[in-house]
This record gives sequence, structure tokens and C-alpha cells, in this order.
Amino acid sequence: MAVWQPEYELMPREQIREDQSKKLRWQVERMYKTVELFRKRMDEKGLKPEDISGVDDLCKLPFSYKQDLRDYYPYGLFAVPMSEIRRVHASSGTTGKQIVVGYTDNDLEMWADCFARMLIAVGADENDFVHVGYGLGLFTGGFGAHDGAVRIGATAIPISAGNTQRQIQTMIDFGSTVLCCTPSYAMYLGEVIEEMGVKDQLKLKAGIFGAEPWTEEMRAQIEEKLGLKAYDIYGLSEIMGPGVSYECEYQCGMHVCEDNFIPEIIDPDTGEVLPEGSQGELVFTTITKEGFPLIRYRTRDICSLNYEQCKCGRTHVRMNKPQGRTDDMLIIRGVNVFPSQIEEVLLNVGGNVTPNYQIIVDRENNTDTFQVNVEMSEALFAEGMKGIEKTTKLISEKLRSTLGIGPKVNLVNPKSIERSEGKAKRVIDKRKLK
Amino acid sequence: MFIKQLSVFVENKHGRLQAIIDKLSENGVNIRALSIADTTDFGILRMIADDNEKAKGVLADAGVISTSTDVIAVYIDDKTGGLAQVLKIVTDAGISIEYMYAFLGRKEGKALMVLKADNEPLAEKVLSENGIALANPDEL
Ligand SMILES: [Zn+2]
Repeated sequence: MAVWQPEYELMPREQIREDQSKKLRWQVERMYKTVELFRKRMDEKGLKPEDISGVDDLCKLPFSYKQDLRDYYPYGLFAVPMSEIRRVHASSGTTGKQIVVGYTDNDLEMWADCFARMLIAVGADENDFVHVGYGLGLFTGGFGAHDGAVRIGATAIPISAGNTQRQIQTMIDFGSTVLCCTPSYAMYLGEVIEEMGVKDQLKLKAGIFGAEPWTEEMRAQIEEKLGLKAYDIYGLSEIMGPGVSYECEYQCGMHVCEDNFIPEIIDPDTGEVLPEGSQGELVFTTITKEGFPLIRYRTRDICSLNYEQCKCGRTHVRMNKPQGRTDDMLIIRGVNVFPSQIEEVLLNVGGNVTPNYQIIVDRENNTDTFQVNVEMSEALFAEGMKGIEKTTKLISEKLRSTLGIGPKVNLVNPKSIERSEGKAKRVIDKRKLK
Repeated sequence: MFIKQLSVFVENKHGRLQAIIDKLSENGVNIRALSIADTTDFGILRMIADDNEKAKGVLADAGVISTSTDVIAVYIDDKTGGLAQVLKIVTDAGISIEYMYAFLGRKEGKALMVLKADNEPLAEKVLSENGIALANPDEL
């Protein structure tokens, strides 16, 4: 088993805590001096840097949010003079203004090492050809993978995104062995490779896919079509970019680079840290980053952490694939409900059921009401009263067993669910209006 | 002789039935018989219109789902035992009746009932053999 930085990756857990505590103290102290917003929030809580003696005090620190990056755009949250910033990256996200982040020389080194850990974990070395199919630009994906490949001494192929035919020809001609791109692009590459009938000319052995949600079914399809082993990588530009956490050869959760990032799982409503193993919102504190550090950054991703020692020997905690976003999560009668779970039930229930749905939550007599509207289809209506009743009963039962809470299933006219810009409005939470 | 019945999906929402009926009448569709069946989740409006195809088109334009079904319309003597006589013929033939409902008008001492059986051709056959009059589409 190859490990890139055994001194960190295999560090005993007690030592990890000590190391993190030391780095956290350093970070809090310097940020209090250099980042105005952080100082303001500490002062509001009546906290001084000396009140933070280690990881145990992490929960006292104020949170930071995506909105902060917009409010202090472009450089208001940077913690070093711009002369020390060597590179910036930006992301626009799906809504609103773009955000910008910056890296010092040390930050770029650290990032390259994090990505290098993953490359080594998936079996790459200096003899490999790393095909970087993420966009090389302001998006963190491309440069993250590129720098990681260079760091381990592999040959980087910075082809960037797009031009699928040329991507595939390059893979064949240059002998790409490790593919880095988004999972949806990997699926597409797989389809085109199948059409071209060139799978046997490829030398791919591993794929590193991230930057968007993907399922185990997609993993199986990608592995089959591209003839490689597909690994999941996690990252976000606010924290660093790809490589914040990554799957090792055992593919059983993503190891968080805990020598640089401390993860916490909190209740998104109360902000309380949840007991070990609970599912909740993932929060990160960057303890080594110089240019653009963040304390207790709310990722809005929902997942859980597993501190059990991994079979690979790495001691760093593993996070599971995020199950959804807090933006989408509803708490109904105390139960967490994600719209994606409802969509999945509707897709799997079979028959003539459409996955066009809308969730309506309200409050009556201090109790939440929960209704799922599903659009009727011609085919389902043609089944007649008994057929329709049987189907709605099946949907109700499946939703109850999946969610742990039973909604009232209501059939509505086709195309009656409100759509804006082609996207259906999936949730109407009337509780907020009161 | 079968006649065309339209089954219309009615959302479980206040005013939906009214909206459907209004839409049909605005477009000059005349409803000759109707019944509504509902569950807690949705309703089905069953109706015989003077112009089934037109009614279906009007509803489709309004985004309402409907399907056409063949049913039979039976003349029943408008006196005690008239309905019982028809039901006995059908039941004796081993046919189950899924639902029935009455036409709005009546005609010289006869009531007109819509009958949906699990085996419509057989129902038509046994009723005719027993001298029960069935309505033609153009009589409606
Ligand atoms: Zn592992």
C-alpha cells in the first residue's frame, strides 16, 4: 500500500487532535488580527483568541457562510496582503454573484499534496498519464488535478473540458491511465467510446470524479463503459477545491485531509454539534490555509462522519457521500426529508407514475401537514379507479418506509405543477409564511 | 349498441368540478348524464355528452385528462320492479355491474340508465335477448 504523506495520513488519532489544536490556535490568532469580519464576530460573542485552546473549543467559534464571500467580494476575507496571493480561483455557482478565493505559495503546495494523496491511493505513480478533463480556468477542478499529477511526478495531460472526440483520441494516442473529470462527463465519454468502439484501445485504470453528485449506479456504468475503477473526490472552492476528501482504494467513504481541514457535523437549524455518526450539515475549518482561511464554514452539504480506522491504514476520518443540501432539506414533524428521496420513490415505483411532484408542507393545530402532489398521466388514468387507488396506496407506503413519515398523496392535473424557467417548483412550505 | 362515455379526472381541489362543467358548457357541449365517484384523493366524473369527441377535445385543451369508455344505455320501465328485472337478467348471466347512473331526461314512461358491466358485450347480448331496449347513440 502506497501512501503519499504517511506522517499525516497514518498519524494516530490522539496525535491528530494535538496537531489540529496547535494549528487551530495559530489560525484563530492570525485571523483575529487580519480578517475584519472574523474579529467582529468573535467580539460579538465576547471571545478572544486566547479563549480557544484547542479542538475542544472549536464549537465556541462563530460560523461563516457563503453569503460572507459575496458580502466581502472580492478580497475582503483574504488574510494576507495581495502580494502574497499567487493565484485566485472563482466559482459562480447556480445562483447569484461569483465568489473568489486566493492561495499563497504554501496553500498551493498543500493543495497539490492533498490531491497527490488521492492519486497515490488509487494506485497512480510517476509512470502514469493523468488526463485532466476538468476545466482548467477559474474553476478549481482543473488546476487541482493538474498540480496533484505534477506533484507525484506523473505526466499531466491538461486537456481541459470539452471536444469529446478529441478527448478520446488523445486518451488513445497519449496513453491516458487516470481520468479526472465530472461524473456526468465520464458517463458521456463512456457512451461516445462505446459508439466509436474503441474501448479496447484505452489504457485507463482509474477515474477520479467529483464536483457534482453521482450515484452508485452511475459508478457501475462508468466503470463498465470506460474499463476503469471509479473513485469519488470531494471539495469546494471556498475550502480549497477538489481533494478536501477522497476515496482510498477501498471506496468506503472519503478520507478528509484532517491535518488541514477539521470537519464537524451540526444540526443545521440549531447549529449544535451532533453526536458522532449522526447525519447533519458538514462544517469545515481550514487550519493551515493562509490566503483565504475560513472558520466553521457551513457547506450546506448533508452527510455523516465515520471515525473507525479504515482498512487502508489511514487514520483520517471518512465522510460519506453528501446525501443532499440543507437548502433542500425539510424538517417535517422532526424528520429530515429531502425532495430527492421522493423523486427516487416515484421513479422506482414503476407503472404509469410520473416523477412530477410537489411537496406541500403546512401547519395545522401545531402539527405539520405533509402532502405530496403527483401529476396524473393519461396512462395512469386509463387504469381506472381501482388501478389508480392501488398505485397511490403503493406510493404512500413506499414514501412512508423511505422517509419514516407518511405524506398524503394527492393526484393533480398533468403539467399543473408550477414551473419557472423549465424547472418545477418542488417545495411549497407554507409554514414559513405564518 | 354501445354508447361513448367520457371519464374525466377531477383533482381533489375546491372548484375543480365546477371548472370542468363550465368549460364544457362554454364550448357548447351538452351533458346528458353524469355521475361522480370520488375517493379521498381524487374524483372521476363520468358523463355522456351529446358530442363525445368534442367534449374530449375541449377537456384536452384545458389540460384535463379524460378517457372514452363503451357503456350501454338501458331503457327501464318506469314502474316498480323495472330496474330489478334488468339487474336480474344481467346477474343471472354471471355479469358484474361496476356502476350505473341515470340520464337526466326521460321518455314516454321509460327511465334511461347508463350501465357499465365487467363484460359489456355479454350484457348487451343477454339484455337484447330478453327484450330490454337499449338506446342508440343518436337517440341521446
Ligand atoms: Zn481508506
